Amino acid sequence: MRAFTYERAETPQQAAMAAASTDHARFIAGGTNLLDLMKIEVETPAHLIDVNGLGLDTIEDTDDGGLRVGALVRNTDLAADPRVRRHYGVLTRALVAGASGQLRNKATTGGNLLQRTRCPYFYDTNMPCNKRRPGAGCAAREGFSRQLAVIGGSEHCIATHPSDMAVAMRLLDAEVETVLPNGNTRAIPIADFHRLPGDTPQIDSVLIPGEFITAVTLPRPLGGKHFYHKVRDRASYAFALVSVAAVVQPDGSGRVALGGVAPKPWRREEADEALPRGAKAVMARLLDGAEPTHENRFKVNLAERTLAAVLAEAKE
Amino acid sequence: MRFDKPAGSNPADRGTVLGQPLPRIDGPLKTTGTAPYAYERHDVANGQLVGYPVGAAIAKGRIRSMDTRAAKAAPGVVAVITTLDMDRLPKARMNVAYLFGGRDIQHYHQAIAVVVADSFERARAAAALIRTDYDEDKSASFDLAEQRRAHQDDEVEPMAKVGDFDRAFAEAPVKLDQTYTTPAQSHAQMEPHASIAEWKDGALTLWSANQMIEWSKQALAKAFDLPAEKVRLDSPYIGGGFGAKLFLRADAVLAAVAARETGRPVKVALPRPLIANNATHRGLTIQRIRIGTDRDGRITAIGHDNTSNTLPGGDGENGAAPTQHFYAGANRLLVHRPLEMHLPESNAMRAPGETAGLMALEVAMDEMAGKLDMDPVAFRVLNDTQVDPDNPERPFSERHFVECLERGAERFGWNERNRKPGARRDGQWLIGHGVAGAYRGAPVQASGARVRLKPDGTVRVETDMTDIGTGSYTIIAQTAAEMLGVPLDAVDVALGDSDAPASAGSGGQWGAASSTAGVYAACVALREAIAERLDADPEDLSFADSVVRHGDRRTPLTEVGGGEELVAEDKIEFGDFRGKEYLLATFGAHFVEVGVHAATGEIRVRRMLAVCDAGRILNPVTARSQVIGAMTMGVGAALMEELAVDTRYGFFANHDLAGYEVPVHADIPEQEVIFLEGEDRYSTPLKAKGVGELGICGVSAAVANAVHNATGVRVRDYPVTLDKLLDGLPDLA
Ligand SMILES: Cc1cc2nc3c(=O)[nH]c(=O)nc-3n(C[C@H](O)[C@H](O)[C@H](O)COP(=O)(O)OP(=O)(O)OC[C@H]3O[C@@H](n4cnc5c(N)ncnc54)[C@H](O)[C@@H]3O)c2cc1C
Ligand code: SF4
Repeated sequence: MRAFTYERAETPQQAAMAAASTDHARFIAGGTNLLDLMKIEVETPAHLIDVNGLGLDTIEDTDDGGLRVGALVRNTDLAADPRVRRHYGVLTRALVAGASGQLRNKATTGGNLLQRTRCPYFYDTNMPCNKRRPGAGCAAREGFSRQLAVIGGSEHCIATHPSDMAVAMRLLDAEVETVLPNGNTRAIPIADFHRLPGDTPQIDSVLIPGEFITAVTLPRPLGGKHFYHKVRDRASYAFALVSVAAVVQPDGSGRVALGGVAPKPWRREEADEALPRGAKAVMARLLDGAEPTHENRFKVNLAERTLAAVLAEAKE
Repeated sequence: MRFDKPAGSNPADRGTVLGQPLPRIDGPLKTTGTAPYAYERHDVANGQLVGYPVGAAIAKGRIRSMDTRAAKAAPGVVAVITTLDMDRLPKARMNVAYLFGGRDIQHYHQAIAVVVADSFERARAAAALIRTDYDEDKSASFDLAEQRRAHQDDEVEPMAKVGDFDRAFAEAPVKLDQTYTTPAQSHAQMEPHASIAEWKDGALTLWSANQMIEWSKQALAKAFDLPAEKVRLDSPYIGGGFGAKLFLRADAVLAAVAARETGRPVKVALPRPLIANNATHRGLTIQRIRIGTDRDGRITAIGHDNTSNTLPGGDGENGAAPTQHFYAGANRLLVHRPLEMHLPESNAMRAPGETAGLMALEVAMDEMAGKLDMDPVAFRVLNDTQVDPDNPERPFSERHFVECLERGAERFGWNERNRKPGARRDGQWLIGHGVAGAYRGAPVQASGARVRLKPDGTVRVETDMTDIGTGSYTIIAQTAAEMLGVPLDAVDVALGDSDAPASAGSGGQWGAASSTAGVYAACVALREAIAERLDADPEDLSFADSVVRHGDRRTPLTEVGGGEELVAEDKIEFGDFRGKEYLLATFGAHFVEVGVHAATGEIRVRRMLAVCDAGRILNPVTARSQVIGAMTMGVGAALMEELAVDTRYGFFANHDLAGYEVPVHADIPEQEVIFLEGEDRYSTPLKAKGVGELGICGVSAAVANAVHNATGVRVRDYPVTLDKLLDGLPDLA
């Protein structure tokens, strides 16, 4: 870990300004991802802006019947909120399927969205990795790629976005509210929030330098039955090989999003339309264009079978 | 004391303390966080500095140059010592890879420097500033399957060749010829390798986490060219080892080098991401197994051909080992081919040989039972042998494998099992049952101890035996309490210090049996010393309730020394008859029920039962703890553990505990362990053998067999992960 300077932000805007005006600055929220990466010098910020004192840790009702979740709300608290449990069950289920109790007590809503990939080569600074060092090459594409993306990647990077929470939020069409260094605010639909790697895999999201997440808003509840089926090699405390988030309505319509398959939470609205026709029809659209490696080809089949299991359960 | 003939009855047979289900005497220290582990021994030496290791970025080649200027100038840095600053340190016989010194890189993450600073954070930050240039050796080989093909015609002296395997196999009416693979595995012990070193007047003291004090003391003496008496090693508490800490590792060597260089005590721990490639692993195996039987299922031919990776000079993982003595069969051919490759050092990990070997053999036995349309329990029972199949002149001392199978089958409800693969369901889950046999040798090592009877009637035992979480403290205290007739809490046990008599150490599941035999010997010597004081024949004395009885005379232990401490020391040494005339081993049977999700292939173990035959159980609580831990490790080996080899760069890519998955609580269901009543008087004076390795033997195969039984899909490449099942699962509605 490199030496760094540290400050506590007073307001969200001041945090954004400080981040934009200081070289190599990073916000620190729960620190559960950032500190691990700093210890192995995958992240080497020169300045940390602690945002834990900003409040932003409440969940409020919005005027149009949804919820506004402060960026500093801890994963544990978000999962346990009675409104979330009642109306956004998929989000609670996704959250509690992630990490461990201890980590969720620290992890924040904003930090979770911005956690970085778990590609093993990203973690080993001896290895070529375009996400870590642009232009270095990608060790994973022809290496140990079992965990990595089958769709949405590029020749430069096939990392997955590891968040479970974000998959549920994508399903719910959440919006990410931010404040910019100039004091303006904006709301970014979650569909547009994470980037595909293309030839700049080092940039994970559309946030501009210094831009600070203040909240995530959830639109009005969708009703229906909520599912989050996370498939992994052990029963807990592992990232998804494939996860399926779904809301299924009594008439068989609904929505589907996938985790563990792409550089961002993966959803295509046109695939949702196929839901009444079953898992195969959905996946024909949702994973159309998939380019798996020889090690992760199984994920295509697994995603379809997992959705089928979810749909079978929805009928019960 | 020499153990030259089978044990007769002796004072340890009373079983008032020994054999009782007593909780660990070191438990409170562990649960309150007050047991001093190596890295936290802040009190043992003043002015400790912190060393942070740097690992090589290539798998094979030479270092051209290292630039340490920035590291040396970094805040808090006291010294930067690189591998170019010294010749290769001599290594002890047990080590395969060199640990430090010189330009040559033998494996990825080999230690190439240690940065010493006044804090951990500063040492780590400075370590990242070192720049190293390499000449990479592109001829290195990292792909076991490819190497096996290249070496398939090599002539290899078989481990065992009995009868005429080729003919018998060709003629067998029922036969199996299959190849199984097991991946490299990491010990993943909780406590990283860690040491603090200090030099004083040319003598080296190392506070470390080490399973084998005497070996490692000798290894340190060799590395630093010291007489052994100038080396002291102290390792009272060890946070798990599983073989990872059998030998000297880089933490110890770097701490010693850095302490010598700086003239101050230095501590070094291996960072978790370095351990998989810097230290040792269980080697990969590719195992071809051939079994031929007659129509009734009697094995007539058995062949096991094992290939494994090793660095030059090592032996890899010998999967053929268990097949040598486990099942009957007149014609046998066992081959082990360690192939020299350039992955990191493969070396001992819990039940080396047996673990990987039984992962394959016990699946082959299941497949064979399937071909014969026999109950896999009955098939194993039919092929039991009471004599060494390699040498029928030599009987097993005690072998109750059949009883393990039969007791287990009854307890588990084997009759209620799913009989047709893929046929039983519970909602979305396919349910399956599996069985496997367990075999592990019962080795022993010479082991010494010193026993002190204090004037206050309490007893202190000193031996360099280690407790790696196994329960050594407790069973040693029980042994002394039993032998001297004192309550358990009157015994104080000091372990892990090389100033104490050399013991067997913790390895090869010999620790419990050997070290308690050594304590027994020392207690016999102390009883003799007491007899002399009382002017009595030791045979006439009896010890109970802290009193020595001699005829009508009763002498409290507080009085026998006349105010002085009585000290006795002895060592148990084992005669040839044990092993030569009799074959000693431990046996078990594992029964497992799994659920496999019919759509996703997720595998969940639902219940597990182990039945163990391991001589006298010295303490059912600590023994059970060993076995359930081993069963857990066996589930890991079956379902998830794999160090993923990157065959281009020559390293294990998933080298941290996020990437290398071991079971979590949610993976482990109810576990039941039954120990058969019994003793093995051919083994030790206490008639005991080990259980710590037996517990993992066969577990993984029982899980794999249960998965097959649930799904009808036979996976022969471990770990059995869901991606290998998907294509064989039922079509979706
Ligand atoms: C062992 C382990 C297992 C895990 N398993 C899972 C799992 O199964 N599923 C899963 O989804 N996650 C898992 N995680 C990841 C965990 O969810 C994330 O580490 C956590 O959500 C990050 O939140 P944080 O507040 O700690 O972020 P931090 O580490 O504080 O920050 C992460 C990043 O976000 C930036 N940031 C933080 N807040 C803001 C903000 N308000 N505005 C702009 N930028 C911000 C930081 O600058 C930093 O770059 C695991 C983590 C660990 C260590
Ligand atoms: S997949 Fe992406 S993160 Fe992984 S090595 Fe390639 S570039 Fe790096």
